[in-house]
Amino acid sequence: MDYQKKELPKKFSMTGWALVASGIVIVVVSYLVNPMRASFNNVIALMFMTGISVGALVLVALEHLSGAVWSTPMRRVSEFLAASIPFVAVLAIPLLFNLQGLFQWTHLDVVKSDVNLQGKTPYLNTGFFIIRYVVFFAVLFLFYLIFTRNSYKQDDTKDQSYTSRNVKFSAGFMPVVAIVLSFLAIDWMMSLSPHWYSTIFGIYYITATLLAGLAATTFAAVSLSEKGYLHSSIGPDHYYSFGALLFGMTNFWAYIAFSQFMLIWYANIPEETTWFIMRWTGGWKYVSIAMIVIRFAIPYFGLLTARAKTDPKRLKIVSIIILAAHLFDMYWLVMPTYSDTALFSFFEIGFPVLITGILIVVFSFQAKKHNLIPIGDPKLQRGLDFHL
Amino acid sequence: MEEKKIFSVAALFDTADEITRAAKETTAAGYTKYDVNTPYPVHGMEKAMNLKPSLLGIIAFVIGIGGVTFAVLFMSWASIIDYPLVIGGKPFFSWPAFVPVAFEVTVLSASVGTVVAMIALFFKFPHNSHALHETNYMKKVSADKFGINISVIDPLFDETKIKEFFAKLGGKDIETIYEEPFPKDIKMFDKRFIGVLVVTALVTSGATYLTLNKLLYMQPFSWMSEQNKGLPQSKSEVFPDGFTMRPPVEGTVARGFIPYEYKGMKDSAVINLSNPLPYSKEIIAVGKTRFDTYCSPCHGYFGKGDSRLHDQFPKPPTLHSDKVRNWVDGNIYHVITNGQNIMPSYEKQISRDDRWAIVHYIRVLQRSQNAKDSDFENSK
Repeated sequence: MDYQKKELPKKFSMTGWALVASGIVIVVVSYLVNPMRASFNNVIALMFMTGISVGALVLVALEHLSGAVWSTPMRRVSEFLAASIPFVAVLAIPLLFNLQGLFQWTHLDVVKSDVNLQGKTPYLNTGFFIIRYVVFFAVLFLFYLIFTRNSYKQDDTKDQSYTSRNVKFSAGFMPVVAIVLSFLAIDWMMSLSPHWYSTIFGIYYITATLLAGLAATTFAAVSLSEKGYLHSSIGPDHYYSFGALLFGMTNFWAYIAFSQFMLIWYANIPEETTWFIMRWTGGWKYVSIAMIVIRFAIPYFGLLTARAKTDPKRLKIVSIIILAAHLFDMYWLVMPTYSDTALFSFFEIGFPVLITGILIVVFSFQAKKHNLIPIGDPKLQRGLDFHL
Repeated sequence: MEEKKIFSVAALFDTADEITRAAKETTAAGYTKYDVNTPYPVHGMEKAMNLKPSLLGIIAFVIGIGGVTFAVLFMSWASIIDYPLVIGGKPFFSWPAFVPVAFEVTVLSASVGTVVAMIALFFKFPHNSHALHETNYMKKVSADKFGINISVIDPLFDETKIKEFFAKLGGKDIETIYEEPFPKDIKMFDKRFIGVLVVTALVTSGATYLTLNKLLYMQPFSWMSEQNKGLPQSKSEVFPDGFTMRPPVEGTVARGFIPYEYKGMKDSAVINLSNPLPYSKEIIAVGKTRFDTYCSPCHGYFGKGDSRLHDQFPKPPTLHSDKVRNWVDGNIYHVITNGQNIMPSYEKQISRDDRWAIVHYIRVLQRSQNAKDSDFENSK
């Protein structure tokens, strides 16, 4: 294994810090101008960033569990992205002081006069909500530490037992992360309209999460590999695997999203349809249609051919579009609760800028500390030799 | 025996690495029309053989587009033109309902079409066999060997040279494969062929007929579909008149369906009838459910005459006209019970109390659509 570590340029982390600084400024200003709207944007940001960091962690576990070799040379990219999990938890802290403004079910007088909400109080109450938030992020961070510690230690010791240990933890992690992500989605997004429920909402968010983690990993891995920070053996066949996964997950998202829509449309029950009617009136109609286009149509036709899946430039563009679509999706899920009409201004920009900055800073910090490819992994050589 | 036509020259190798190297060498030597047969997909073979992307992807795409177009057009035709049915109050062209079917038809047509196209391309339709079938070479490569064969249509084809070339690469069992001679004595209307065809047709159709028409109705497959009981429209063994259903005793009145004594006598109904039910939340709620069930299909949920039938039927009148608002309760009750113009009588479908509840609910609707300023003040 001939690997010479190449440091990321200083400009990279400087860009990150600049983005963090400007993001914080915009966020603070938006909190001062209109705290309610800023809070809703904070929810969007929380769910967006959860998608990227937890999605990346799921990819790591998925590789261990499935025994995939093609992704091993790029696994560090996912691990670095997953390092932002504690920052996601921090991102939720401002919201904990404004639960009253966000969630109808926190108003005890409203709950008292509402039979439906009374029935949901064992789950939807402030104390349990905060406990869930703490436990969920603690569990995610714990698994992140386990996976990455083992991986980093393996770089020095070349001990194969770390891999088998990670495989075992991945098996435990999978059901846990499915439950955690479902309940995160229910807690922070579905309970914004507490009378409405959709049993497929959890898997909808899990799909979005995987797609976001995958798109972020693809973008970072392809960019790094093109500039020679990874290994020269990484080529079109690895890119093809990323492209095929992105394509597949895009289809899966469309499948889940349409299933949710079609069942509600067919049954036509007032308490369920309100949620979609909110997203089909007052300008939200155009947002919904735009979502179908950028979340499904563009990635679908962008990645349809085999050549597109191996083209690094195409992959980078489509992954950025998918990440933007993920943000747009979260906006579509959360914002109609805040406003009857579609709106967009600097409020919506602050958090994405901040998150991009945090991801870049965390990534460059991790890249400085660790090797960019897992040089101790027994699957690495097979991963580098991978051919379709 | 006439001379056999050469199909290709083949060689076998032991490992995937060897065959990949052999394919690379063959490409480098300038051969283009050759094929590699392996027991499982060998990674990197496309590159070693320098293959162009397969035509099958495009074929699958085209057939898939054809499938989705056909599915959408067919469903639209069926549900708009051929057999329009109102389902759940939705428009005839309800595209969300078409999506799952269109998706399935697309996948089915694309996959089946691709397999058929692949077979057609590979066997060179209308041939249905291949020279490599039944050869020692094919038996080996479908077990544990990796084979390569250069076709006679290659411009550089030379039997002896290729054999030397394969031997140099380390190939084993190098052999020439001959084209299968096309049998000349096959007749389309051979007696045995026709006989087999007829017997097959008879056996399958007979078995299908017996299964669907006889076997399914035998015990125990019929389960409880046959029972010893009187069914409507069936002949009775018990009663002398042969009817299974008994007519009610003359003068029987069903509960809640006391005959209407002002049938066709609107004027006396208006004078004599008044609503026996009190105004209460529960009664108005009953009136709403009955109104939504029986009245709203024509008059609309708010009594504005704006239901789905609006343009497909003589226009249902609004219930908020001055005429209807000035009617006494008895008049509305009379119209529901007796019918009016094209509206039929609902006496048999809605019980008497429910009809009066509907009258209350219509009053609520009328008040809500023509609210006065004082209503807002009182509600504070």
